[in-house]
Amino acid sequence: MGAETDLREDKPIGPAKAGREAGLAKVIVITSGKGGVGKTTTSAAFAAGLALRGHKTVVIDFDVGLRNLDLVMGCERRVVFDFINVINGDANLNQALIKDKRHDNLFIFPTSQTRDKNALKREGVERVMEELKQQFEYIICDSPAGIEHGAITALYFADSAIIVTNPEVSSVRDSDRIIGILASRSRRAERNESPVDVHLLLTRYDPARVAKGEMLAVEDVKEILSIPLLGVIPESESVLRASNTGTPVVFDENSPAGRAYVDAVARFLGEQREMRFLKPERRNFFRALFGRA
Amino acid sequence: MAAGNLVQGALFTVMVVRAAMLRDPGFADELAQQIKRSPRFFQSAPVVLDLRGVENFTEAEEFERVRDRLGALTLTIVGVQNAQPAQLEAATAAGLASFAPNASTQPRAGSSAAPPAAPRARLVTEPVRSGTQIYARGGDLIVTAAVSPGAELIADGNIHVYGVLRGRALAGAGGDTTARIFCTRLEAELVSIAGRYLVSEHLPPETRSFPMQIALVDDQLTITRN
Repeated sequence: MGAETDLREDKPIGPAKAGREAGLAKVIVITSGKGGVGKTTTSAAFAAGLALRGHKTVVIDFDVGLRNLDLVMGCERRVVFDFINVINGDANLNQALIKDKRHDNLFIFPTSQTRDKNALKREGVERVMEELKQQFEYIICDSPAGIEHGAITALYFADSAIIVTNPEVSSVRDSDRIIGILASRSRRAERNESPVDVHLLLTRYDPARVAKGEMLAVEDVKEILSIPLLGVIPESESVLRASNTGTPVVFDENSPAGRAYVDAVARFLGEQREMRFLKPERRNFFRALFGRA
Repeated sequence: MAAGNLVQGALFTVMVVRAAMLRDPGFADELAQQIKRSPRFFQSAPVVLDLRGVENFTEAEEFERVRDRLGALTLTIVGVQNAQPAQLEAATAAGLASFAPNASTQPRAGSSAAPPAAPRARLVTEPVRSGTQIYARGGDLIVTAAVSPGAELIADGNIHVYGVLRGRALAGAGGDTTARIFCTRLEAELVSIAGRYLVSEHLPPETRSFPMQIALVDDQLTITRN
């Protein structure tokens, strides 16, 4: 697809909106400790959600060697330079940033598939972060699983953290561990600044299975982790469909998960919204008649 | 450098040894036992000699002898407390400092001598997350939030948890068998006092999720409803 290359901009990406001048550029890490809970899906959905709300946003893949964000964002065929190239000074930021085709405010910063996490040098990452802060309002860091170097580097510069948790005990325990690490090993903690503000996002929530006692309920998870709840994303077929087609799920207006992410983004921006999708869906007569919508 | 920086105030925890106890022949053995249990705590620890109720110690060399005796136990005598004027003079000659209260400054109000400094408890007000270890050296540990599974609380004294205790709690880590664990909801992975422990599998199911107190009675961990 030749037209795609036109969309990559080698020029500086417009003037900073509210970014650094107002000191508002905010670094958000999407983390969980455990793998497979929906960090990358959440990173993509959240970044797209913020962009849809008019905020210039970049989403960075910190999962060096296991690059996935480009697939979920549907830009895998446009990757030339990556995060590690920029850290090493082999490319400049604007050569590596990929502009999303669906929204002008949305940029993807892919990582390297051939290197490993040790390529994430803290000084290099810091320099890149400072540069990004001059161009963007929100910088979303998609953390790798685990609590090793890659995950620590992803959360180190965070102002906010979204803890992605599934309603099951092992995920909750790993989330608890990562919250402890945010409180002790982030830059804000090291510098004795106000702590990283931490939000809980419960994903793959299936109210029917919760009712049967097969899954932890929202209240149980909240009680164990004792951090504010940003949203509950229902288990939904649309999530798998979205990542396979490379479309962040917020762009799917018919998807309950997409709508739940839109709500979560609104709450993150300070709006009050009622929690939805917490009760088992009542079997709709027409839907039963005509099959799934 | 500003002149004000040359002298700074600081607070320290200092052990107090009662001079009257030194006459007890079993004292040295008992103290040696205590030190063996937590050698790092006692290594070169400063000691103040409390002279309340003793008439001797009016000669500098008596202090020298105490200095040698405590020195053999890795302790360092640094001063005296509750000294009569003659005792204070001898102590000063032996190079020891004077710690309040001393007789000359003490109002004569019976047994109103200041109590020996109690070891300060460590207070934790944030949730203790999985993977975190907190040690209250030489005293109690008080937590006013939940303790997650995979977190570890250790104290030489008692452990108090005003919240759910889901992690591990080890009280009396220095060997104090009178230490206890208190919590408003017991769901611990492990509880231990002075080395005796119970894992969650062996905690009686009827104690689970209730406010409980754990103590060592006849060398057995005993759990009672608070």
